[in-house]
Amino acid sequence: MQRSTPGDVAYTWIIGLLAGLGILILIGPVLVVIATSFTTSQTLKFPPPGLSLRWYGELFNPARSAQIHTAALNSLWVAGLATAIGGVLAVLAALAISRVARPSARVLEASFLSPLVLPTLSYGLAALMFFSVLGIRPSLNLLIAGHLVVIAPFVFRTTLASLSQLDPALLEASANLGASRLYGFRRITLPLIAPGIAAGCFLAFISSMDNVPVSLFLSTARTAMLPIRMWGMMETTLDVRIAAIAGVLILATLILMIVMDRLTGLTRRMSG
Amino acid sequence: MAAAAAASGGVPGARVDWRLAAPLGLTYLAFFAAPFAILLGISFYADAEQTRLGLDSWTKFYGDAFYRKVIFDTLKLGVFAVLATTLLAYPLALVFRASGPRVQRLLIFIILMPLLTSVVIRTFAWIVILAREGVLNQTLMGLGLTATPLNLLQTELGLVIALTQIEMPLMLLPLLTIMNQMDQNLVDASRALGASKWRTFFRVILPLTLPGWIAGATLVFASATTAFISQSVIGGARLVYLPSLIWQQSMVVYNWPFAAVASLTLLFTVLAGIMALGWLGRFARTS
Repeated sequence: MQRSTPGDVAYTWIIGLLAGLGILILIGPVLVVIATSFTTSQTLKFPPPGLSLRWYGELFNPARSAQIHTAALNSLWVAGLATAIGGVLAVLAALAISRVARPSARVLEASFLSPLVLPTLSYGLAALMFFSVLGIRPSLNLLIAGHLVVIAPFVFRTTLASLSQLDPALLEASANLGASRLYGFRRITLPLIAPGIAAGCFLAFISSMDNVPVSLFLSTARTAMLPIRMWGMMETTLDVRIAAIAGVLILATLILMIVMDRLTGLTRRMSG
Repeated sequence: MAAAAAASGGVPGARVDWRLAAPLGLTYLAFFAAPFAILLGISFYADAEQTRLGLDSWTKFYGDAFYRKVIFDTLKLGVFAVLATTLLAYPLALVFRASGPRVQRLLIFIILMPLLTSVVIRTFAWIVILAREGVLNQTLMGLGLTATPLNLLQTELGLVIALTQIEMPLMLLPLLTIMNQMDQNLVDASRALGASKWRTFFRVILPLTLPGWIAGATLVFASATTAFISQSVIGGARLVYLPSLIWQQSMVVYNWPFAAVASLTLLFTVLAGIMALGWLGRFARTS
């Protein structure tokens, strides 16, 4: 290594400062919201004048927050079913094209991943028009169909990645030892790709819970979804209960994330 | 059975097992491709009541300077979000690369945390921070950097700041992956041969990590241009982007053909951005 020049010192400082700013900007808002959720005040003052569980009490009070509870249950139901159905379809599709080098497989792969980059807001409006042309009235089932399409790519991608790391020799060995293909799949392939499937399902579930573009067009007052309800609260009143919802969601996500990390090495998987 | 066959088939010339691909494929045809076809069809109605066919919705949209500005502003917002996330994500990725495993795990956690926090909540956080009496103005005034509170909400600057946080994990994850795969010997060689750190960054690290950056930039661009909640809540009524225009035309004015044109325009805008980035990638590889 050579001696540090002033330029090198400046490089180290600038990179360090920008990285620090990056970390601050990433976690700052999350911390601010959590702190705000414990405020005693009527408004979104930061720092809070005093700490209390007042807004969590409001949030969990069935009489005061019934609409929020309905929206949260709707969101959980839709996210659960969309992840389950979309997950199965995506795993099957990943099995179908893994290790196939043909152009047809690449085309399928790109199509199945396309909701990740195509604007889902355009898709939300398209889905609304489609169902209204068909004369189908809005319901939670429509929301499940819409969410399923935009969250299946998460499972598809992680399953495909797991399959690409699977050693084919393992299955050949099991076949040579007389195992049927189904048996080999059940006892060898599935256990080895299960962490990938689980990580994908976790991401799919979270992104369905958080989906705005599709829910915006397909949900109605009767089938309200949590993010849309929160958007409405934010547009009109800037209700402090939003911060309390944030607190609950962040805690739930954190717990889920730690569990998933233990089970599947989620953080390793996501960093490649 | 078929499942195992597909999974084990590492052989050259392996075929797509259509029986397994069909369920997702058909679902996509029915619930993804068909809706877009309907959207395209509706855009060719000339009037809001959808009685007359014609190109009027298209000509009205592209003939009006206001709507052309909306398209331009949407593109600009996507580009600014990519630039801002790049400026912070590269240094963070470099620090990540230089850190030990414990710090790396902590950094991954910090990066994933906002990604797993609802977009609505992240936007809400930025209202608390950017408001006139918000955290940022209090800090700036406390440090004596500004005498009067800055207006950050309902400005493009405020929106770009918020989107930088909201989209940064999308830039960071592919960038971290490729940084980890980069050969340290190349960096060391550049330094040993006398290149400064800046030169090493621009001539060695940047080109080697460009594919990761392109993947990240694609996601950030696609996401920032369609971030309806952040655009409408932080941008307010004064700043109009394609998503809020689509919302207003479809759900407030009920001009579906016009909303369809705006929606397809958003789709083309995003595709154009993705293609431009892809072209940049090819260009970078050949030069």
